[in-house]
Amino acid sequence: MVDLIKKAKELIETSAVKVVIGYEEGTGNKTRALFVEKTEDADRLIFDSRCVQNLAAYITKKEIKDKGKMAIAATLPVMRSIIQLASEFQVNDSNLLVLGITPESKLVEFANLVEVETFVHQYQIEIDARNKEMLDKLEKMTQPERWKFWIDELAPCFKCYACRAACPMCYCSRCTVDFNQPQWIPVASTELGNLEWHLMRAIHLTGRCIDCDACYNACPLSIPINLLTKKMLLDAKEHFGGYQPALKGDHLMSTYKPDDKENFIQ
Amino acid sequence: MMDNLYMPYLMRIERITYEAPGVKTFMLKFVNEADEDKFSYKAGQFGEYSVYGVGESTFCIASPPTRKGYIECTFRQTGKVTNALSGCEEGSIIGFRGPYGNVFPIEEWKGKSLLFIAGGIALPPMRCVIWNALDLRENFKDVTIIYGARTVKDLVYKDELKDWELRKDVKLITTVDPGGESPDWKGEIGFVPTIVEKIAPSSKDTIAIVCGPPVMIKYTFPVLAKLGFTDENIYTTLENRMKCGFGKCGRCNVGKVYVCKDGPVFTVAQLKELPDEY
Amino acid sequence: MNIDKRLVRKDSLEKLFDILKQNSKKIYAPVTKNGKTTFRDTASFSLVSTGYIQTTESSKDISFPRTEKLLDYSKNKEGMSVKGIDLKDIPEVILWGIRPCDAIGIGELGSIFNWDYKDEIYNNRSSKVTVFGFSCNKSDEYCFCTSVGGNPGNTEGSDILFTRMGEDGDYIAEILTEKGQAVAEIASGIFERLETADKEKFLADVPVKFNHNEISEKLDKFFESKEWVDQSLRCLGCGACAYVCPTCACFDIEDEAHGKNGSRVRCWDSCGFSHFTVHTSGHNPRDVQSARWRQRIMHKFSYMPERLSVYGCTGCGRCSRACPVDMNILEHLISIQEVTV
Repeated sequence: MVDLIKKAKELIETSAVKVVIGYEEGTGNKTRALFVEKTEDADRLIFDSRCVQNLAAYITKKEIKDKGKMAIAATLPVMRSIIQLASEFQVNDSNLLVLGITPESKLVEFANLVEVETFVHQYQIEIDARNKEMLDKLEKMTQPERWKFWIDELAPCFKCYACRAACPMCYCSRCTVDFNQPQWIPVASTELGNLEWHLMRAIHLTGRCIDCDACYNACPLSIPINLLTKKMLLDAKEHFGGYQPALKGDHLMSTYKPDDKENFIQ
Repeated sequence: MMDNLYMPYLMRIERITYEAPGVKTFMLKFVNEADEDKFSYKAGQFGEYSVYGVGESTFCIASPPTRKGYIECTFRQTGKVTNALSGCEEGSIIGFRGPYGNVFPIEEWKGKSLLFIAGGIALPPMRCVIWNALDLRENFKDVTIIYGARTVKDLVYKDELKDWELRKDVKLITTVDPGGESPDWKGEIGFVPTIVEKIAPSSKDTIAIVCGPPVMIKYTFPVLAKLGFTDENIYTTLENRMKCGFGKCGRCNVGKVYVCKDGPVFTVAQLKELPDEY
Repeated sequence: MNIDKRLVRKDSLEKLFDILKQNSKKIYAPVTKNGKTTFRDTASFSLVSTGYIQTTESSKDISFPRTEKLLDYSKNKEGMSVKGIDLKDIPEVILWGIRPCDAIGIGELGSIFNWDYKDEIYNNRSSKVTVFGFSCNKSDEYCFCTSVGGNPGNTEGSDILFTRMGEDGDYIAEILTEKGQAVAEIASGIFERLETADKEKFLADVPVKFNHNEISEKLDKFFESKEWVDQSLRCLGCGACAYVCPTCACFDIEDEAHGKNGSRVRCWDSCGFSHFTVHTSGHNPRDVQSARWRQRIMHKFSYMPERLSVYGCTGCGRCSRACPVDMNILEHLISIQEVTV
């Protein structure tokens, strides 16, 4: 990614930003996040198909944010996350510059988040075939079968919260699962408690999750928790129209309109 | 108790004293007499108090070991467990396990004067030592207590403060933060460090024991140093978060020092050796 | 006792499993689900995974379960009755297929649970485990047991250690303890006479990457180093590293109420979580991720050696493999060794 390295150097040199967030070669044929603060470090920047970690998770991390204005190498899912975060007032043009990476691995520069939004809106969020098939399978199960599926799948979960940590949308300083007055969800890993935790998380992400699979990729036990958020995404689409993160968009699950067809709130 | 470190003693709440807004003292008696017989502790130690179904919370034993047959604890309603404790009535059964931690070396202080400086809800850990010392009054020279709270209402152990005020062998100075005084307040007005500076107690043959909120402690130590107290002669307690109380759960350590085992009592000299992680 | 070296033919392993099962032994063996291998109570040999370099989770769950009941209580007319867990209910188990770096971890974890206060719940659980260790014929770039005093054929912590003689060969079985002997006697026909055995040549080559004594000495004066901040920038503060670790012992104690009854449980916790040390007042002594990352490394390589005379790391490399952001402990330890204070 010669263009990206050049751009990163320029941004640091001109002090346009304090830090450029991108990817570098990691260990075990993995890639990982790199925080470029000095021009010489920019040479370590890479980009290839292994770079799937959603770097938007770092935008709200205190230690990174405190450095000052950031630039971020952003693939489509990262750009979507950024737009959603901007719509939730977590980030804006004054503290973030987006260095877009197109699905064709080309660098595209944006002057502001409005341009990022325009770019992102060219693409629809599509659930891939393999997961679609799995969701169909789940759909066809009887209720007891589905219950058993999830109890079994979630049983190994030891609540390390890697899913939450890797998710750009899980930026709450105090997650519901950490609340103890009342204790909504048991602290310990238990059969039902695990289910409660993952369902709660999926519901809090409905209308916000941009389907990047960061949660699933982060899970050390490869539990397919992303099926929950994907299902919510499809349901939200069916019942409330399509979902596309938007800077000034309605928040799908938290917007009240007087002409809503449901009347429970009136 | 032998095989299960986590089994609390069952304790009955004998008496509840309302101390200040949100602050209560429980007098606790052992439900099983056999437990009482094998239980002993020293001033400075703490325990885990629990409401069954809610959880455990860490605080000191506020009554002196010289008074047998019961223990007392004083807590402020702040978290999940202290809220539940606050909801308990006289006669309720709660859990207690302990004692844990090190102690104030009262025996080593024999023949010296004692200066107690406490702020707010930090009088309880000190009350245990104060009464311990007063019950063995002949062992010590002067005993001075400087106690401050935000407002008059926030002063705890009001009855005992009266007792200490009336005793000829104790010098008690109470103070409230500026603006915290009531119309009939006769004590001092000012922050604890300021009052310590004003009273200027002698450091000669004197041990200072300081407990209070971090900001009070931070500004009191330099005042004591100016008065000639050495770091070895100033004691305080650290109150890091704990779960087990005996060096296993991994929360309370400050560098390599475990507050639950090596503390909670430290001298300023010991604190200066610790990294800034408390 | 003298180490008794025996031959176990590769086809006999299944027989051994079956005989133990027929003798109603509970066997925890590595089982693969969703591509990840962990130890589970296993009914049949056909489910047992082989060929793994290291399992995703360590075997500590057996002696230090992720959620473990400490006591039950019930509120009644007479007041309150509380009953601690009955240690007699803890089952005898065979831990099948753990690597030497996990076997050694049982003792390291034990040193935490026995620091002055003897945790009989932990001790009871671990005393009821018979460890069938399997030496490593293969390793990967995350392995570093030899840098922390272990080795791929280390017998420490195992009751019987099996070393495979080549890719598809038979096994050398070293019967190391009386516990191992007792289990071997149940299936005595399986453990055949062995003429000569040089297990060393079958073991994986794990080069030494750093000097752990040097690291410990250095860490003693490393608390304020900027290195912690640099290393932890990409750490997202989850607990994956702690939960897959064979020696991480941090835990929480919580009550679970069901009406008038309930229990108190101990469950895993992690020093990497931001709320781990937070006071009720909101004050947090380790308020940034770098302080929490420092705690993780210091605890294992400085505090434990000094206070408990053991290292808190067995070099299994699991934390690095499990980390979603590639925090590689080996890489970080090497850079601590190299950086000038």
